[in-house]
Amino acid sequence: MAFPKPQATLRSATGIPTGRLAVWWLLASEVVIFGGVLGSYLMFRLGHPEWADAAAVTNTYIGAINTFVLLTSSFTAVLAHQAAEKGDGKKAAGFLLLTIGGALTFLMIKSYEWTTEIMHGYTITSNGFWQFYYTAAGLHALHVIAGAIIMGIVAMDAYRGRELQRVELIGIYWHFVDVVWIFLFPLLYIAK
Amino acid sequence: MLALAQFIPQASTYASSIDNVIFLVGVLVGFWFFVAEGMFFWLIWRFRAKEGVKSEYIEGHEKHLKRWITWPHGLVLVCDIIIIVAAVQVWYNVKQRLPEADSTVRVIGQQWAWTFQHPGADNELDTADDIFTVDELHVQVDQTYHFLLESRDVLHSFSVPVFRIKQDAIPGRTITGWFEPTIVGEFDMQCAEICGIGHGVMASRIFIEDQQAHTDWIQSASVASAQ
Amino acid sequence: MAHTATETALHGDLHHDAHAHEHHGPQGILKYIWSTDHKMIAMQYLFTGMFMGLIGAYYAYVFRMQTAFPGVSVPGFGQVSPGEYNALVTSHGSIMIFWVAMPVLIAAFGNYLIPLMIGADDMVFPRINRLSYQIFLLSAIILIVSFFVPGGAFGGAWTAYPPLSAVGEYNQTNLGSSLWLLAVALEFVAFLLGGINFITTLMNSRAPGMKAYDIPLVCWMIVIASILFMLSVGPLIAGAVMLFMDQTIGTGFFDPARGGDPILWQHLFWFFGHPEVYVVLLPAVGITIDIIATFARKKVFGYKLMLYTTVATGVLSFFVWAHHQFVAGIDPRMANVFTVTTLLISVPIAELLFVIIATLYGGAIKLTTPMLWALAFIAEFLIGGVTGIFLGASGADIYFHDTYFVLAHFHYTFFPIAIIGTFAAFTYWFPKMFGKMMNDTLGKIHFWGTIIPFNIIFIPLFVLGMGGEHRRIYNYEHFPELAGDGMFLLRRIATVALLVMLAFQLVFFYNCFISWRKGAKAGKNPWNSNTLEWTTESPPPHGNWPEGLPNVYRGPYEYAHPDRKDDFWPQNEPA
Repeated sequence: MAFPKPQATLRSATGIPTGRLAVWWLLASEVVIFGGVLGSYLMFRLGHPEWADAAAVTNTYIGAINTFVLLTSSFTAVLAHQAAEKGDGKKAAGFLLLTIGGALTFLMIKSYEWTTEIMHGYTITSNGFWQFYYTAAGLHALHVIAGAIIMGIVAMDAYRGRELQRVELIGIYWHFVDVVWIFLFPLLYIAK
Repeated sequence: MLALAQFIPQASTYASSIDNVIFLVGVLVGFWFFVAEGMFFWLIWRFRAKEGVKSEYIEGHEKHLKRWITWPHGLVLVCDIIIIVAAVQVWYNVKQRLPEADSTVRVIGQQWAWTFQHPGADNELDTADDIFTVDELHVQVDQTYHFLLESRDVLHSFSVPVFRIKQDAIPGRTITGWFEPTIVGEFDMQCAEICGIGHGVMASRIFIEDQQAHTDWIQSASVASAQ
Repeated sequence: MAHTATETALHGDLHHDAHAHEHHGPQGILKYIWSTDHKMIAMQYLFTGMFMGLIGAYYAYVFRMQTAFPGVSVPGFGQVSPGEYNALVTSHGSIMIFWVAMPVLIAAFGNYLIPLMIGADDMVFPRINRLSYQIFLLSAIILIVSFFVPGGAFGGAWTAYPPLSAVGEYNQTNLGSSLWLLAVALEFVAFLLGGINFITTLMNSRAPGMKAYDIPLVCWMIVIASILFMLSVGPLIAGAVMLFMDQTIGTGFFDPARGGDPILWQHLFWFFGHPEVYVVLLPAVGITIDIIATFARKKVFGYKLMLYTTVATGVLSFFVWAHHQFVAGIDPRMANVFTVTTLLISVPIAELLFVIIATLYGGAIKLTTPMLWALAFIAEFLIGGVTGIFLGASGADIYFHDTYFVLAHFHYTFFPIAIIGTFAAFTYWFPKMFGKMMNDTLGKIHFWGTIIPFNIIFIPLFVLGMGGEHRRIYNYEHFPELAGDGMFLLRRIATVALLVMLAFQLVFFYNCFISWRKGAKAGKNPWNSNTLEWTTESPPPHGNWPEGLPNVYRGPYEYAHPDRKDDFWPQNEPA
């Protein structure tokens, strides 16, 4: 038997489902975390014009492909939500699986990209730019991995017609991961 | 009680202005402190539970009662503005201004000692006759000094309580400050930023000398370092 | 039959409702690991926090003995080396803020009170609640482990400024430094998770009829504090990741030789560090105001005013952080901005205190032990607050920075918050938590035996700070102007007062023990208070109100209402 939820969970004085409120607050705190990383990066970058040499090395095409992959996966997450809204758990799970596929594609491309860069000698300790490059993108990648794992769990429940409201919630989280990448891409790949 | 000079001498031109700002803050907050605590204790005594006396039902909208909040509120703001003006003036003088220097010294902090580079008889830093000392700084009274503050490793902080000056030293940077000693004597200097296991032994001394004594010192110190 | 996702969200898995209260949770020893009941989790946070408080107090004892009697072997510790001294002060500060004040005031009392005071049967995410405690416990264990690894505990102060904290050659506690940082980061994660629970529970799970302004202020305060925490800790988490990488894999985020900047860490730290002090202040203020309302038998003066000034303080607190960095090497022009913002924040805080004091007017004040603690909070915090003005005024801070004046200031704020606030809450809600009344005489002895020595410890420290005594020094004999008999006398007076204060804590523990065993039965509402937690059994059973969750008909502070014979009017009584 699934965990018995307290009556408290079922109330909604604001009219907004509690799960959705929780995800928004989680995202608020995550925004400040990534804000801290990216803000620090910006301040350093503005003070170190010579970092442009290192920044020139990043592969904008791969970055663009990954951006496309993530945007597409956000789209499949939306489709999953639509299916869940209609009560179709199996379809929702299917779309979630596609989204996870997008995440895995993103990670594989990133692995290839980083391996290439490291083999060329651009490691995390190479210089200030690379420090931030690997840290910011690495933190983002950790969130992609965590999101994919949670998405897998939600998909399994959804397939069995359970906890369908969580499809929307993991979708919101997934859009956030996407938005962070939308900030990272120009900062790390386009700004040269 | 609030006069800092009671506890520690004023040995620089701006020490008294810093002490005065402290005194001003002390008087203003002291006033509020006694009023607030006094009111607080009086209310506790006046409205202590008494047999048969019920408490009052007060919502806090009543204008004649709200006044007791809004008026002090406004007065606190006025006090704050007075303090801000006084503090900024002192801050500007000590930290933003750099009066012309009669002489310059370099102060270098490291784990766990202070190195002082004096300009020597030619009064120019980074020349052959510079005098390097460890944990002692020699300066002349009534001369304006710039100090060039550096660190070789971690954060340290150059602190001379009798001057009232304090400035953190950051590796990779040279930070410039100033002071002008006003009395002759020998006083403590401290490292005021935790810098590792030896932070507590980074004590040094400043020797403020009159012109003759200072010239004598330069001579003997130059001879000593030549040997 | 499938429900739409939103329907499920709002009305739940309907066929589970019927079973909800037959499930009584794990039994026996396992309930301490697997229970998701908010009251059990609250107790876990409370006892872990208090245990860590004992460790923090022990460290204070050791380093005060060394300061007052340098070189003398400290009974119960031994000789204190310079490195150990630094580790002791670092651990004391870190423990008291992260492993005592936050878990006790926010996690313990927040967990215990929020569901009860809003008429809910638990938090909305009980399993995440349990997870947050387990992560917190892990962080405490990692911290304690860091004391015993080769090299010893981290000794670079709770502020952990690099390059000292980043480079093993500089701090000589390579492993200890990284474990300390890991412990702090995990503690942050635990509180982020916990905060989500508190905020969403308060927003959504209130009893029918409980409008926003019917919520007891202590709940508001804990939730606003959680929001402040969530919005301020992010940059420091970013900084902690960077520092950890500097420590372990040799990046140079804070290494000037490699283009890094030590000052960046300071900004990231204090951007969080300043709101953090309000994160712990707000719950203490909430506890104080609720206790004062009950024992003065008075409606809170200006409930909405209190809320608005609290929010104003919270917002302003994001704009004052660099007053910790006046002499750190920031642009001197920036210092002026922060002097202005720092002094202006005194306005809403002063207003908050004035409103609390105004609540006493027209009251019928009963000086029970919890009331004494609540009143002491105000009296002592006032000292902390006004002495902060000296430090916010940049011109004065040039002298006072890194002296014992700062230390005395923040102990006059932190001690009321963490210690007085804890004792106020504990003595007030003990009857509800354990079903027994505490002995009031022992309570008063403990109170005076704590408060009087507290002042005798820290007033001399103000004087020492004015005399130029700087912080984190293991032996003042090295500094001729700080080594005089007068100064050492002040240090010894403070240290002896600490010993007396620690001794009186035994009275508290004794009181807890005998009250729990043999205290008078408390009944549901021994204090004749209005809020919902007093309408159920003491202690409340699993599910809090098994016979049905309450509805609310009025605000929480309807004391001495003219239409009533009784001088209180519980929130759940129909009109």
